[in-house]
Amino acid sequence: MSTMFFTQAIDDALAQAMADDPRIILFGEDVPLLRRNLLVRFGPRRVRGTPISESAFLGAGVAAAMAGLRPVVEMYMVDFLGVCMDALLNHAAKVEAFSGGKWTAPVMVRVPCGGGYGDGGQHEQSLWGWLAHIPGLSIVVPSTPADAGGLLLAALQHDGPVIFLEHKLLSETWLEFLGSGGRRTVQYDVPANGAKGAVPRRWEPLPIGKAMVRRTGSDVTIVSAGVGVHRALQAAEAAEREGISAAVLDLRTISPLDRTTFCEMVAHTGRLLVVDEDYEGFGLSGELGAVALEAGVSFKYARVCTQTTIPYAREREDQALPNVKRICSAIAQLAGEER
Amino acid sequence: MPPDLWSLYALMLKSRLFEEVIAKLWHDGLISGEMHLGTGEEAIIAGVVAQLREGDAMALDHRGSAALLIRGVDPVLILREMLGCPDGLCGGMGGHMHLFSKEHLAASSGIVGAEGPTAAGFAIAAQYSNPGAVAVAFFGDGAMNQGMLMESMNLASVWNLPVLFVCKDDGWAITTQSANMTGGNLNERARGLGIPAVEVDGRDVFAVWAAANAAIERARSGQGPTFLKARCVHFEGHFLGFQLIRIARDPLREMPDIALPLTKSFLRLTGATMRERIAGLKTVMASVLSTLRDPRRDPINDPVPRTRASLQSDPERLRALEDQIEKDVSDVAAYALAEVPS
Ligand SMILES: Cc1ncc(C[n+]2csc(CCOP(=O)(O)OP(=O)(O)O)c2C)c(N)n1
Ligand SMILES: [Mg+2]
Repeated sequence: MSTMFFTQAIDDALAQAMADDPRIILFGEDVPLLRRNLLVRFGPRRVRGTPISESAFLGAGVAAAMAGLRPVVEMYMVDFLGVCMDALLNHAAKVEAFSGGKWTAPVMVRVPCGGGYGDGGQHEQSLWGWLAHIPGLSIVVPSTPADAGGLLLAALQHDGPVIFLEHKLLSETWLEFLGSGGRRTVQYDVPANGAKGAVPRRWEPLPIGKAMVRRTGSDVTIVSAGVGVHRALQAAEAAEREGISAAVLDLRTISPLDRTTFCEMVAHTGRLLVVDEDYEGFGLSGELGAVALEAGVSFKYARVCTQTTIPYAREREDQALPNVKRICSAIAQLAGEER
Repeated sequence: MPPDLWSLYALMLKSRLFEEVIAKLWHDGLISGEMHLGTGEEAIIAGVVAQLREGDAMALDHRGSAALLIRGVDPVLILREMLGCPDGLCGGMGGHMHLFSKEHLAASSGIVGAEGPTAAGFAIAAQYSNPGAVAVAFFGDGAMNQGMLMESMNLASVWNLPVLFVCKDDGWAITTQSANMTGGNLNERARGLGIPAVEVDGRDVFAVWAAANAAIERARSGQGPTFLKARCVHFEGHFLGFQLIRIARDPLREMPDIALPLTKSFLRLTGATMRERIAGLKTVMASVLSTLRDPRRDPINDPVPRTRASLQSDPERLRALEDQIEKDVSDVAAYALAEVPS
């Protein structure tokens, strides 16, 4: 076992996959420089820069996948998917259904997401629930380097479109590029275990649709993804000191959802707390409640999510995104009185 | 009426000094996230914005602060916005890429190309309920490849909208040289949509003013949109702390972290043929080398001293003007920083 940073792990797994599978090509804005290490190994035929024409190159990625390639399309930020949503919503997600199951579009969209570094509400959204709303898309949100590499491999082997979300607060390169820009005068609340961690010598695919229990507990089940997992773990430790035992489930893939593990975990504690950096209304947090109810689990419910447009001002941004303090008080409230 | 070079220079210098304050605050960590400045494009902004009047609208990109300042937005409000203060221009909600001023009909976006639809919409409102008013869109050369901008140009053409599309052409989109990613010629592209295209040296405030004057008059009198392409440079590269510029400034410090993994990856056993790999390496080196030889780094391209040079016949007036602007900007900074929530 060695250790790697988050984005380093993704790039490393991608390099392994590209060496093994010549169908994988990579393109996006500034990719020749951002993925320069892949460019000098795999050459400009496979690693390409694009114009700022997201509708064209994402849509082209979908069709190139239909024609037999395994394109990795890089978008600068998940927020900018707004520009080219049609390629995902009406095309990538529909190919399999429309062709009667005879044709798929195994395109992977690699895209940074998430906030916590003061970039404002057009550059810090999570949007995984919004994407997962669409049948036919798989949405992957890793929270550690090991998961990131393993899930990336799985995404590249998957026979349909996968959106691979790379949280910027975990990414050493995105945080330096967009957040610090070489400054030592700024600090961000980066979860250490998410930004760097042990990775296998050789990458093996991790199953898409399989959640991971990060912490066991008997009073409350906290369910989250991405950076939220680390915030939840921190809050669970604090709760422990108050005598509350909280479990933490890392979904890892939003869609497909690991209903089995999730429902078991909720049934075990009878209390569900969803920590979701994506928007609160009409999204993942509500969906999780519905899934557990449909499964006949009886439970108390609370959620800590992003409710508004993410403010630019740092302190208000911190209040808007799920922070440890908000999670702690939600745990206390849920576990409250009748425990 | 011909432009008054003194007042144009004053606007440009004020914008430059103001953005230098922003840069300082960003380096000090008081401003978070990315920071795209308009340093280097002042002649374009001043040459266009100085001609706007009440009822005219602006659609701004990620470098909007200069345009707002020159349009007359209170610089203290802009600074306090960037500092994240609740009494900033947008209540601390927007930050530098999302600056809005309703009273000036000015809206910014960090979404590349979004200036097109926004300017078109402002122009529809002008055409419908305030004839004679115009909308200006400011965007970069990279944005020209964004579908919504091209679509907006077509819309403006067929609806004869009073829009001035201003392309600030610095030759780059972050680390990508636009020449490699843009097919054909941008002026021809505009003309192909039925929009007259004018190209000027964006370092020359007089040239910009003259071209913009004709285009704005055209739009005001109901003759439709114009495409104005103005070449410029951005001294800081894409944004403050831009890695390519850091390499150019301090290669010994920045290069090892880049060169080591690059070499390792280049030498890995599996992968493309040596020819392909070398082609890849050449691409990477070309980006670095073209930054080292970048016109961005040549002070001769700075529009502020270029404009200043033509005013040196009256050194006393010049000194008095510069002293005054320096004082104004430092007062703005002092005032904006007076009570900053830490
Ligand atoms: C839709 C969209 N795609 C990508 C980006 C990321 N991005 C921000 S600025 C930029 C380059 C813009 O280049 P150009 O239009 O030439 O403006 P310049 O920065 O050179 O002034 C890119 C790709 C974005 N903000 N929005
Ligand atoms: Mg440009």
